[in-house]
Amino acid sequence: MRRLSALIVILFGSSFIIYNLSAISGDPLEALRISQDPNAAQQIITLTRELQLDVPPPLRYFLWLKGVLGAFVGQVDFGMTRDAQSVTAAVAAAIPTTIRLVVGATVIAIILGITIGIVTALRQYSRFDYAMTFFAFLLFSLPIFWFAVLLKQYLAIGFNNFLAEPQVSPPWVIGLGLASGLFWGSVIGGDRRKVITIFAVAASTTSSLIWLMGAIDWFRNPGLGPIVIFGASVGIAFAITHLSTGLTVKSALRSSLAMAVLGLVAYYPTQWVLDQDGHLLNFILLGVVTIGLAVGVSFVFAKIDRGPVIRTTILTSILIAGLILVDKFMQTWGPYMSTDAVNFRPVPTVGQVNDLLEPGNFWFTTLDILMHMFLPTVALTLISFAGYIRYSRGSLLEVLNQDYIRTARAKGLTERTVIMRHAFRNTMIPLTTLMVVDFAGIIGGAIITERIFGWVGMGTLFNQAINSMDLNLLMGVFLVTATMSVLANLAADLLYSVLDPRIRVGK
Amino acid sequence: MFKKKSKELVSQTGENAIANKETEGLSQGQIVRRRFVRHRAAMISLVSLIFMVLFVFTASGIHLGNETNPISFPGWWNWSITDIDPNLTVSPEGIVGAPTLDILPSFIDGTGMAIGAHPFGQDDIGLDYFALVMRGAQQSIVVMLIIGLIAAFIGTVVGAVTGYFRGWVDAVLMRFTDFIITIPAIIIGSVIGFQFGNLGVIFLATYLGLFSWTGLSRLVRGEFLSLREREFVDAARVAGANNARIVFKHILPNAVGVIIVSVTLLMSGAIITESALSYLGFGVVPPDVSLGLLISKYQDSFTTRPWLFWYPGMFIIAIALCINFIGDGLRDAFDPRQKRRITKKDRAEAKLAKARA
Repeated sequence: MRRLSALIVILFGSSFIIYNLSAISGDPLEALRISQDPNAAQQIITLTRELQLDVPPPLRYFLWLKGVLGAFVGQVDFGMTRDAQSVTAAVAAAIPTTIRLVVGATVIAIILGITIGIVTALRQYSRFDYAMTFFAFLLFSLPIFWFAVLLKQYLAIGFNNFLAEPQVSPPWVIGLGLASGLFWGSVIGGDRRKVITIFAVAASTTSSLIWLMGAIDWFRNPGLGPIVIFGASVGIAFAITHLSTGLTVKSALRSSLAMAVLGLVAYYPTQWVLDQDGHLLNFILLGVVTIGLAVGVSFVFAKIDRGPVIRTTILTSILIAGLILVDKFMQTWGPYMSTDAVNFRPVPTVGQVNDLLEPGNFWFTTLDILMHMFLPTVALTLISFAGYIRYSRGSLLEVLNQDYIRTARAKGLTERTVIMRHAFRNTMIPLTTLMVVDFAGIIGGAIITERIFGWVGMGTLFNQAINSMDLNLLMGVFLVTATMSVLANLAADLLYSVLDPRIRVGK
Repeated sequence: MFKKKSKELVSQTGENAIANKETEGLSQGQIVRRRFVRHRAAMISLVSLIFMVLFVFTASGIHLGNETNPISFPGWWNWSITDIDPNLTVSPEGIVGAPTLDILPSFIDGTGMAIGAHPFGQDDIGLDYFALVMRGAQQSIVVMLIIGLIAAFIGTVVGAVTGYFRGWVDAVLMRFTDFIITIPAIIIGSVIGFQFGNLGVIFLATYLGLFSWTGLSRLVRGEFLSLREREFVDAARVAGANNARIVFKHILPNAVGVIIVSVTLLMSGAIITESALSYLGFGVVPPDVSLGLLISKYQDSFTTRPWLFWYPGMFIIAIALCINFIGDGLRDAFDPRQKRRITKKDRAEAKLAKARA
């Protein structure tokens, strides 16, 4: 409580300072004063009246504060922007855009970064470790505005050109195959013979898969179909069971496999449901049914110790449901590309949505939003996940050196249990606080990304406010981002002490 | 992938012995230096960074002072950032202003290595791009150093004071830190820009440094909070050491690893921040140049004249990459738990020594 009140005082103080600093930093009427427009004088008078420019800044701050504090009596008023638009509306419109832009990227970055970080820590000093370390540092050192131009050129325009003539040339087939072979070989590891086998299998599978995809024109009309989905589901079932409970727990494996079969059975009914209108409700319904089924199935297969089995089955079923959804999007891909608005160039380089696309079709609009998110998300992900690789690697290595890990191994627990249950959970403690602060930072942070990709989010508003000396707008954006960052720091501290009881906050 | 560990566990005691053998009879500083010198990537980065700094600073010379009374030491490169060469170079393919640098020897592409009149090409009005990039890289390095120094100083002092004295000093200073976190540096930059005009890169770096110490101070505070509870601090206090002695002689040397590492990371971040601010138009402003400014100016000409885009980006990446690797090497060197990779050669040597004994 004491810290919370201190935070409020800080927010008042910093908003007061920022208000006055930005008020003296520029004259909002400068452009009008030198303008030759006959209406200029009139405009100056109007703006002065509306923005109360005749009141000196320190006093004007309290007028502004009165509006903001109106939040407590139900009438929040952040004032007007220069274009006589309500700041509240502008900020409220920008926040969802920013969230759409950064949340996806951050989540992907966290998941990928932590996974790779853990694998590199387990394979410390291997070639994979060195390669990933180099890769992470390279991404760390990339300025996003530079990197984004490359992405636009090679990923977007290159891929669009490729789609015009979707034939994969032999060098690409071989190259991608070799890359995948190298990747899997070094991730899985083992003695030399095993690595070479894995390399050969992965390389040949990838090459032939890509060749096949090119041959059947998959890039224009992609889809997974029930059979591929079933195969992948079985794989997912095995993988999740292995990570979550270990393959020796037969009930977990059986119930996950049962979910894979159920996924196959439910494929066609789901297609029908997804094609109906009222999509959001359908999604919620499908989600509930999926989780309900998973719980039911695990009750059938597990008689005792149901918790881990239920957890495993739910994870598996969510991934399988995700596969079916991806398949649905892939089916939409072909028709989407052939619409006039897209015209076989599906990866856009700027903008949030394609205005030419006719509204009405849920799948088209969603796919359109996703395609516009693609490039910024890739750029943001690549840049921010390097940090997670490094942090999770360092954190896991630190944990693996602790005595309780030695104890766990000495008790004869399997390596899987030691890593997943003892080490992984403790690795997550410092990472959680990092994530909280990161999430708060990105709400106001993506100024440059927004500018490069032409999105109108918080960053753009901020930039615009500074450039046009729009004080109320600036303060609106500032208040949101400052509150977020202060709260996140508080939350991180509290979370830390909750997760790690050894740490005390305050007295 | 989980099975391999048991074998490692068995041999761990043996490996510990090998690792301990190396640090026998050495001071902490010697151990750290040895470990750092052995970190190959960090050493390569250190050497290339030093080379890069020398190259960049000697190429364009050092220019201080303002426009009315400049203090300049000319560099060895014959074009400055304001010299316009009216004779635009034309490449064999007919591209105007193309780079004349050719690093491929003649048996590959048949033309031989050459530096030419304008190795990095020319921009749209004929300015030598090599000079521009050199000047930009120089600015970036200066900004990086200044931000690093200022942030390291303030961050360490604030962190040490709050962590060591705790109580109301801690409360007040940490709330002040929270306060600084909420203030966007861009606003301060635009205020200064409006009130005093363009004050140049040193000033920019200084105020950026004044706003980037917050993370470091939190880190140092945490380190001090835990170190001050340790037995050796109690022992020093019982022996009658005063606060200054405890802080400088006992706690700070133990925290210096964390400080150095996070300062290097801060510096590599600073180089990106500076170029990002310049890109947005809030950092270095024309007629001065910076790498971010160059990229922002020429990003649209990527398809037609790609060299205007590649070279500044390459320099940003190269500098930041070197700093990051040096930071990584330092982190490894300062970490007492960090064990060096035990190679087959080490094992053989240990066995040999045992047999001899």
